[in-house]
Amino acid sequence: MTQVNRLSGGLIDRNSTLNFRFDNRNYTAHPGDTLASALLANDVRLIGRSFKYHRPRGVLTAGSEEPNGIVELRAGNRKEPNTRATTAEVYEGLDAQSQNRWPSLKFDALAINDRFSNFLTAGFYYKTFMWPAVFWEKLYEPIIRKAAGLGSLSMEDDPDEYDKGFLHCDLLIIGAGPAGLMAALTAGRTGSDVILADEDFALGGRLNSESFSLGDDSASDWAAATVAELSALPNVRLMPRTTVIGAFDHGIYGAVERTGDHVATLPVGKPRQILWRTYTKRALLCAGATERPIAFENNDRPGIMLASAMRTYANRFATTAAQRVAIFTNNDDGHRTASDLRAKGVKIAAVIDVRDDAPINYEFEVLKGAQVVDTKGRLGLTFVEVALADGSRRILECGALGVSGGWNPNVHLTCHHRGRPVWNDDLAAFAPGDDLPPGMTVAGAANGTLSTHGALQSGAESAAIALDLKGALPDLPKAEDAPINQTPFWYLKGCARAWLDQQNDVTVKDVKLSHQEGFRSVEHLKRYTTLGMATDQGKTSNMAGLAIMAELAGKSIPETGTTIFRPPYTPVPIGTFAGRMKGQDFHPTRLTPSHYWAKERGAVFVEVGNWLRAQWFPLPGETHWRESVDREVRQTRASVGVCDCTTLGKIDVQGTDAAAFLNKVYCNGFAKLAIGKTRYGLMLREDGMAMDDGTAARLAEDHFVVTTTTANAVNVYRHMEFVRQCLFPDMDVQLISTTEAWAQYAVAGPNSRKLLQKIVDPEFDISNDAFPFMGCGSITVCGGLRARLFRISFSGELAFEIAVPSRYGDALMRRLMQDGEEFDVVPYGTEALGVMRIEKGHAAGNELNGTTSALNLGMGRMVSKKKDSIGSTLSEREGLNEPDALMMVGIKPVNADDKITAGAHLMDASGPVDAKHDQGYVTSAAFSPSLDCHIGLAFLKNGGARQGERMRLVSPLTDVNVEVEIVSAHFVDPEGERLRA
Amino acid sequence: MHDLAAITALGGSEPRVDTVADVTCAEVPGVALASVAARSGQEAKAQKALAKLIGVKTPDIGRFAGDPVSAFWTGPDQWMVEAPFDSHEGLAQQVKDAIGDAASVTEQTDAWTRFDLNGGRVLAVLELLCPLDVRKMAEGDAARAAIHHLGCFVLCRSPGSFSVYGPRSSAGSLHHAIVTAMKSTL
Amino acid sequence: MIIPHPLLGPRDSSEFVYLGDASLIDRPDWQAEDAAEAFHEYAYLRDNPAGEHRELWYHEGGDRSWLVVTRNTMTHEISKVELARDVARAQGRSK
Repeated sequence: MTQVNRLSGGLIDRNSTLNFRFDNRNYTAHPGDTLASALLANDVRLIGRSFKYHRPRGVLTAGSEEPNGIVELRAGNRKEPNTRATTAEVYEGLDAQSQNRWPSLKFDALAINDRFSNFLTAGFYYKTFMWPAVFWEKLYEPIIRKAAGLGSLSMEDDPDEYDKGFLHCDLLIIGAGPAGLMAALTAGRTGSDVILADEDFALGGRLNSESFSLGDDSASDWAAATVAELSALPNVRLMPRTTVIGAFDHGIYGAVERTGDHVATLPVGKPRQILWRTYTKRALLCAGATERPIAFENNDRPGIMLASAMRTYANRFATTAAQRVAIFTNNDDGHRTASDLRAKGVKIAAVIDVRDDAPINYEFEVLKGAQVVDTKGRLGLTFVEVALADGSRRILECGALGVSGGWNPNVHLTCHHRGRPVWNDDLAAFAPGDDLPPGMTVAGAANGTLSTHGALQSGAESAAIALDLKGALPDLPKAEDAPINQTPFWYLKGCARAWLDQQNDVTVKDVKLSHQEGFRSVEHLKRYTTLGMATDQGKTSNMAGLAIMAELAGKSIPETGTTIFRPPYTPVPIGTFAGRMKGQDFHPTRLTPSHYWAKERGAVFVEVGNWLRAQWFPLPGETHWRESVDREVRQTRASVGVCDCTTLGKIDVQGTDAAAFLNKVYCNGFAKLAIGKTRYGLMLREDGMAMDDGTAARLAEDHFVVTTTTANAVNVYRHMEFVRQCLFPDMDVQLISTTEAWAQYAVAGPNSRKLLQKIVDPEFDISNDAFPFMGCGSITVCGGLRARLFRISFSGELAFEIAVPSRYGDALMRRLMQDGEEFDVVPYGTEALGVMRIEKGHAAGNELNGTTSALNLGMGRMVSKKKDSIGSTLSEREGLNEPDALMMVGIKPVNADDKITAGAHLMDASGPVDAKHDQGYVTSAAFSPSLDCHIGLAFLKNGGARQGERMRLVSPLTDVNVEVEIVSAHFVDPEGERLRA
Repeated sequence: MHDLAAITALGGSEPRVDTVADVTCAEVPGVALASVAARSGQEAKAQKALAKLIGVKTPDIGRFAGDPVSAFWTGPDQWMVEAPFDSHEGLAQQVKDAIGDAASVTEQTDAWTRFDLNGGRVLAVLELLCPLDVRKMAEGDAARAAIHHLGCFVLCRSPGSFSVYGPRSSAGSLHHAIVTAMKSTL
Repeated sequence: MIIPHPLLGPRDSSEFVYLGDASLIDRPDWQAEDAAEAFHEYAYLRDNPAGEHRELWYHEGGDRSWLVVTRNTMTHEISKVELARDVARAQGRSK
């Protein structure tokens, strides 16, 4: 098929032809075409089916406000549903499918819904599918979704890339029509940093759609020349294909740049879209206006469109929906469309003007005081029926009807801070109010200045005011300056199936029903009828719905309410919001200093926060993780094991008040800790609950190194800064994180000292006498490398932690493995670490879970009463100190083969098993290779006094029901002899 | 002299260099760092000692100064001192010796990884990475910024040349983010 | 939002971590007669004004200063930003 509806002129490149497909048929287009303009050129008016009644639909508009021309673009995992044919640029090979029809667009089985429309009115679902409730999810919803869907998803991952970025400017100009271009010129010439963004691929706005002149140039030539000047200015950034989607707090605007939607395939790594977080001192909204339709019977047939869109298709895209068209208007703008189309050789059946005093035109017939009362044409418009001023009827043959009901300023972004537009009687429309987002001004048609001259002037003036520019404004080209003459005409009296919201199939009748049933506020109207929902958010429909509701309620429109708008201005793919933060890149990954070595060893890694830690190190032949973990535990306890514990938070605390500061943040005392010694510390929250624990090593009188748990490192550091800056601002203490600076390895087991002695330089004596349990100090290793050594133990064995600068961590680990061969050294991962700490009865994250106090943890006596520390006062609250308070205990199964699971609850051995009789719960559980059975740590009411008691451990969810014995939490070496060996 | 071999933050024995179009991202392991935080009431003394160490006035808020030993502002009365690693591996001790009890000094050398970004269109790369108004940054500007959710320092060496310091453990993620941005925009 | 940092100028709120009411600076005296009651109020009771609110923000992605930000909870207008340390000192907090 050739492009039978191509007209002369236009801003398309006829020297080049593009091939595209729609519903599996081949068509041609030219660069500069949208999918909608190309389809019209190819005489395709039928583009989709409506949401509810499956009525045949074509395009209504030529822009992003389109409610009808919604298609699926691309195929496979790149399929994108619900895209507007009116904004989709045609590229070679574009593949589009119509939506919401089965089996085909021309024959849609569900068009039967249209016959039953009396039953499918607003509120139908709410009233009909109420009973029984269980049917909703299983039956009704799936059926409704299938029948009343928009496009379909590929159900595959989106393979495209999306970026996010940051822009800064003095003035963000939103919209590049006459006002926006003139504003950019005014601001740009003064050297201010200007961003000019427009959702269209061609800058110029309506200047590209009109036939009139600006000065000596055609409007589009003036736009092109202005764009050329602006693009030569280094301080102006032109951003076509960029939609400003939202106005956020303090001059932050979201802008989506479609960098790849207009090409068939993107080079690897190039983004499809970029979400720009734009910081601007001032914003100028030049978003133009949207023409509004008139509701009349059967006003939704393919071929019926906004008159301004018809003009855009003719002047910019050199195409028409039909060779013979009619215009239905309530204002002079409709006449302009008729003139422009006639000039391009399109036959004008008539201009039907509701006004008795409509202007006469000798080029085409004008029917004054007339109204379109009905239309014909199943899959596309064929006839319109007109009621003439004298009451007689006339049938006009035409393939397209342009409808003009006046213009609504595009106020959307002015509402994003809950600003309310105000009714303007001259415009008969809502215009921006006074409560704009701070820093925003509005110019041109968006502010109700509908003439081209007015737009140019207000653009220039607004830019000058926004930037406080002195001096003369640029000369304005002479331009059309028609006065505003908008008299409201929303719908034809007596019509019923007259569409207001074509996307949601909401008719005049539905609004009446909503009123009748008491849903009269605009918010209720929207929810009850779905008016203004879905992808177009009612850009062409909200006003008429509101006007009809006002009429029914006998109130004025402003009394009835306003519709305000939320971000985003137009739909944004979820991928754009995600940007690069997806899959593996969802968050940054932190690698330990021994990571590369561990990977070589075949370690299995686990994510701990952002860290990747070795979980265990499987050996050849080991088929189950428990084999590896049990071996690592046994070998460590028998000889020596090494574990990377770099991930623990490390905070350098210095200053003359460092000890006093630690006294505040830890519940136990640190003032008297000797230099060269380390002490366990428990940190409470102010409410008395345990926050975190760790160790503090005193390297000098005024210098401590504090450790935190891996998970809480960031929070603890923040808390310590809070205590330092907000609570004790005169303390001389300085904090800095050193977590990443040092590679720190636990070397644990009876042979740990022997192994370390091979590495620690001989001048440092690490014998038990010289370097006892809880000792610490700066040393050197391997011939002079600065290092730190701490004699602390999480495993319960004789153990050390050794730290070297991170860059040497890899080499140190390899050295430990090499030098440890004679001791059969084993690397162990977080699982073995966890098993050993449970065996030793050390609390960890599972126990410091935000609901436990020092008392619960068995450390109640650690809370010093001789000093003030965070949480000490509230930890003494009665409620936290009841006699039957939970206390940490150990549990063992009575039958050694039984398994213990974390989360299971403790009940009396005999007696009811229910929440009321709950005695406590298990926080940590593991198989203990040392005891050869499962063990667990639990919080048990009055647990300190219940050792030896037999209880029942239950977890109905995981089907656990076993008999257990309450024991000491210190399963291994309860006297701590190994630690001190 | 010890016999442990260092690896770079990206895990190599040699620093990584990536070039896309006219922009180069180079891993820079050859830098020693030490933080300086003035002690209470000793701010002036600490500043004076630091100035002497770097040979110029102590940098103001959001600035860096000095060569070859330089410092950048990191917080109220806090700075990070930078020096060539080969000549200053023991930088923390050297700084402590110079400043004495007027400030707390902490070794930070391996807490950070540094990538130097150079080239004509480096600003286009940076505007995809961080919220700073990089086009307004001048030689000697230093600012904290989040890149790929990582707390980084961005130093402007000259309008076409920036250093990015990020947490060492996340060097791989930071490098990935930088190179991805380079491929995206260049 | 953008928080005008007293030292660093305007910074995106994404660099900050929010804590809550600036009354958290007014930590009671642990040795006072009514310490238990005072700490209870301090830890649990907050005003929740619709309007001006003094609140604590931490510049975690910046210079690690705690700030007291006076923000209108209805409009997000920020009328004052102070270093929390200065506020604490002005309120008599010391060591």
